Amino acid sequence: MLELRAIDAAYGNIQVLHQVSLRVEHGEIVALIGANGAGKTTTLMAISGLVPPRRGAILFEGRPVNGLPPDALVRLGICQVPEGRHVFPGLSVAENLDMGAFLRRDRRQVATDKEQVYNLFPALRQRRHQPGGTLSGGEQQMLAISRALMARPRLLLLDEPSMGLAPLMTKHLFATIVAINREQQTTILLVEQNANVALQVADRGYVLENGHIVMQDTAEALRRAPAVQSAYLGI
Amino acid sequence: MEYFFELLFSGLTRGSIYALIALGYTMVYGIIGLINFAHGEMFMIGAFTALIASSVLSIYHLPLPAILVLAGLAAAVWAGAYGFTVERLAYRPLRGAPRLAPLISAIGMSIFLQNYVLLAQTADFVPFPSLIPEFAFLEPYSAIINSSSLTILAVSTLVMTALTLLILYTRTGKAMRATAQDQKMALLVGINVDRIISFTFVTGSALAAIGGLLIASHIGQINFAIGFIAGIKAFTAAVLGGIGSIPGAVLGSFILGLTEAFATGYISSDYEDLFAFALLVLILIFRPAGLLGKATAEKV
Ligand SMILES: Nc1ncnc2c1ncn2[C@@H]1O[C@H](COP(=O)(O)OP(=O)(O)O)[C@@H](O)[C@H]1O
Ligand SMILES: [Mg+2]
Repeated sequence: MLELRAIDAAYGNIQVLHQVSLRVEHGEIVALIGANGAGKTTTLMAISGLVPPRRGAILFEGRPVNGLPPDALVRLGICQVPEGRHVFPGLSVAENLDMGAFLRRDRRQVATDKEQVYNLFPALRQRRHQPGGTLSGGEQQMLAISRALMARPRLLLLDEPSMGLAPLMTKHLFATIVAINREQQTTILLVEQNANVALQVADRGYVLENGHIVMQDTAEALRRAPAVQSAYLGI
Repeated sequence: MEYFFELLFSGLTRGSIYALIALGYTMVYGIIGLINFAHGEMFMIGAFTALIASSVLSIYHLPLPAILVLAGLAAAVWAGAYGFTVERLAYRPLRGAPRLAPLISAIGMSIFLQNYVLLAQTADFVPFPSLIPEFAFLEPYSAIINSSSLTILAVSTLVMTALTLLILYTRTGKAMRATAQDQKMALLVGINVDRIISFTFVTGSALAAIGGLLIASHIGQINFAIGFIAGIKAFTAAVLGGIGSIPGAVLGSFILGLTEAFATGYISSDYEDLFAFALLVLILIFRPAGLLGKATAEKV
């Protein structure tokens, strides 16, 4: 479904990604793990069109998509929940969800999807008229994911969804991510520093180090790999 | 008492003209953090466009209200086109450049537009026809309010209500708010941020142009420099209310308009502009973020 072919990305003249290649197949959950500053966020921003790669190619459903503007990528079904959630603080919960569906014209379906989101996260229904900025961290993460779901994504990019959440909240969140993947056949590329949880829900994984992909395997195999265990799982 | 009401209406009239201009400053600042110093020129260009349009239309012997509406549309559309072009030429290429660069570009644009109109028209004041009909029902109150003041109040209330509804309830309005709050996230949900920025410039310029038409018809003469002083006053009002805040711009405008009207009426009319700037200095000392503004050290 998604393929990165040897992409390089840079901020000014500081190169951050070096020849990064990865694939995400239809229906999979793929984890991208790595230390702080490894380039995980930059990889997602390259896919979303905010940091266009300097070299290499990005293919979505077999078609090259690098160089497309962010809105064109959302229209193709690539949606991102960025690091730090980025809920629109002054927009109400309902308006945040509307913004997720910004490019959709099927108003009836959007209304039904909103109901579904409220069923999935009843706390959001309760607070639908409240400004997004007044929600707790966990609620903001739910809102950020729900906002992305409102676009009916085919590929969902999640950047550190567990950041700042209590362990119980993280568990609940990951159960939801798995449910979204299973029930809505949404393909997921999951970026996490918390490699432990990420590798428990993922099918496959990649390890990014200083902008290089240094390992790739099934999640199972990565969990057992000594290098991963010592560097990322704290075992 | 009659004098008080006369000053009150004069202040409200001034305030609503300031508000029509101040909204453009505050909307643009809210979205891209830029003080568009060329914005006052949209007010001036609106007035000139309305003058030309009304001269042409008067050939056809249309009724006055029809000329007013059509000239208003022409002014809004033409100034909107200028606002669009100014953003494209002077600001968009400088996005991501240090903050001083677009500011200098804005001042350059302002000087350019003034001189362009100076050369294309004349340096002298030119008479502007009264486009606002006399309302018979106002006859008994002619000492405190006239038809043109009432029209200015009515039109600006209408325009500001329409803008509020647009921003609160339409898809584009929500996208404007989203872009102002978090531009990167706006891109990630698929909002075409460039288009929203253009829309903001066009809307702000159109509002200022309507203000230009109304005040020109009220006062009866215009020249190339009227945008400068009106622009600075409206900018003062926007800062007073808290730049970036839409209700703030309206509140600041009415406070400024009323202060000027009462201060010139009861104290002295020799220092008309002094009161506005004294108010600005006081606000900057005691409430730097403005009355309704959020205290953001980074943006100021
Ligand atoms: N906007 C930026 N400008 C300059 N450098 C950046 C920017 N964002 C990230 N970087 C640098 O790029 C590298 C990778 O960052 P990032 O992709 O955020 O890593 P990760 O998400 O894995 O923590 C880091 O060294 C970081 O300092
Ligand atoms: Mg990151």
